Amino acid sequence: MDKLLQLLSENSSFTTAQLSMMLGEPEDYIKAQIEEYENSGVIRGYRAVVNWDEVPESGVMAMIELKVAPQLQKGFDEIAEKILAYDEVESVYLMAGSYDLLLSVKGKTIQDVSSFVAKRLAAMNGILSTATHFMLKRYKENGVSMVDAKKDGREMIV
Amino acid sequence: MNYSEKLTPSIQSVKPSGIRRFFDIVNEMDHVISLSVGEPDFQTPWHVRQAGIASLEQGKTWYTPNRGFKELCREITKFYKRKYDLTYDSAEECLVTVGGSEAIDNAIRCLVTRGDEVLIPQPAFVCYEPLAIMAGATPVIIETKAENAFRLTPEQIEEKVTDKTKLLILPYPNNPTGGIMERKDLEAIAEVIKKYDLMVLSDEIYSELTYEGKRHVSIASVDGMRERTVVINGFSKAYAMTGWRLGYALAPKEICAMMVKLHQFCIMSAPTTAQYAAIEALRNGDNDIEEMRTQYDMRRRFVVGSLNEMGLTCFNPEGAFYCFPCIKSTGLSSEEFCTRLLQSKHVALVPGSAFGECGEGYVRLSYSYSINHLTRAMELIREFLKELKDESDR
Repeated sequence: MDKLLQLLSENSSFTTAQLSMMLGEPEDYIKAQIEEYENSGVIRGYRAVVNWDEVPESGVMAMIELKVAPQLQKGFDEIAEKILAYDEVESVYLMAGSYDLLLSVKGKTIQDVSSFVAKRLAAMNGILSTATHFMLKRYKENGVSMVDAKKDGREMIV
Repeated sequence: MNYSEKLTPSIQSVKPSGIRRFFDIVNEMDHVISLSVGEPDFQTPWHVRQAGIASLEQGKTWYTPNRGFKELCREITKFYKRKYDLTYDSAEECLVTVGGSEAIDNAIRCLVTRGDEVLIPQPAFVCYEPLAIMAGATPVIIETKAENAFRLTPEQIEEKVTDKTKLLILPYPNNPTGGIMERKDLEAIAEVIKKYDLMVLSDEIYSELTYEGKRHVSIASVDGMRERTVVINGFSKAYAMTGWRLGYALAPKEICAMMVKLHQFCIMSAPTTAQYAAIEALRNGDNDIEEMRTQYDMRRRFVVGSLNEMGLTCFNPEGAFYCFPCIKSTGLSSEEFCTRLLQSKHVALVPGSAFGECGEGYVRLSYSYSINHLTRAMELIREFLKELKDESDR
């Protein structure tokens, strides 16, 4: 895997000077490479990894499985694009297996999410069925552990 | 009771470890950002741990042969052939020990006695001098220099060698400097070693961790040196297996036989579970080493670059996972530097003086930490240096 992308996906606040040292490449090269990734859409943004469980009144989150009737020529793309336009929708994936689309949806309350599913999603043409799973606790998200970091177990010896 | 009469003069003359003394201070503090630990931050690769677990599940909880499992000795000698092009007879020239440390102690006790002198290059890991003293021998220190990339030169050996000199310790890749010895350096010292008929204890525990395309060369692979070298290595650093306590020695069979004799009387055999895990590590662990090495290398470049940028001249380490920046420009002693950095920024380094008097003016920084941890630590060291500068400008 591209080492620059790997480092940025671990911590996007590394400066280009730091990245240049880590990778042993000139800083100008790193800058150009990042710009290229940004322009081509490989890098879509930089944001903090927040543990929302720690934030009061940050709302609820649900994973929703959708079975969808694919459309001629367009497959699942058109309906996926309609769905992703909703602000409530955090992510949309096309899946292999017993259902077609997997969404994560956020809302202020369980009622909000339920009403979004019932009135918006289920009512959409082409949606055959929905299954909503409310999230109870985050353990790990985006590769980051949401559980308190373990202490360095190494002893200072000799 | 007057215990000083009961305890031997040699053990009483051994100075306590300088690292230990500093760690006692660190342990008193909370929220320390440590860069002081001398072991991998990685856990032992899972398939290696599983091999150990499986052996326990199967009830393999007995002693092993004194030398270590035949299978393990075979894998060790294959590893040395594959990596460093050295051939040893697995049945007669290999001994599995409790960490590299036991092998060092054992080899020193087999090779020197009262009246002998042992040449020890410093800065170096802290164990050689006390172990030479406990064997009754006299340690003679050779001070390696930053301007020679902390390498050992034939001239330095000639300067310290006497008719009593019996053994040279060769600790490369080096803890704490990160210095290595390339083939040409080894060939140069080999001439002097042969001239004075010295034996060599080559501590190669960091052999798999070298950078900048420079692969480790064992002095035993230099012409005429195999017969006068005891090679010491282990699983701790290469496979992140420090807690398993497993190392080994490779030596000509006449020496190895004596080492086995000492080992069988004081240790019996190295830990059984660890030996099963080590067989798996040697068979299927080359990729694990490479992955960890790549990580260390990235951290190394970052740390060395950052230190140089903030004005702490840092020799470019080509091995192990330490760098050894010079702090003389601050006007502080290494112990003062470390103590003040700890008090002011809660960052723990190890004073260079813990690795021999010639380590004064340097500090050891371990980059065996995550890149985020290192980034934070570098910021704090930068702030500390700025505070020192503001203070002296005032």
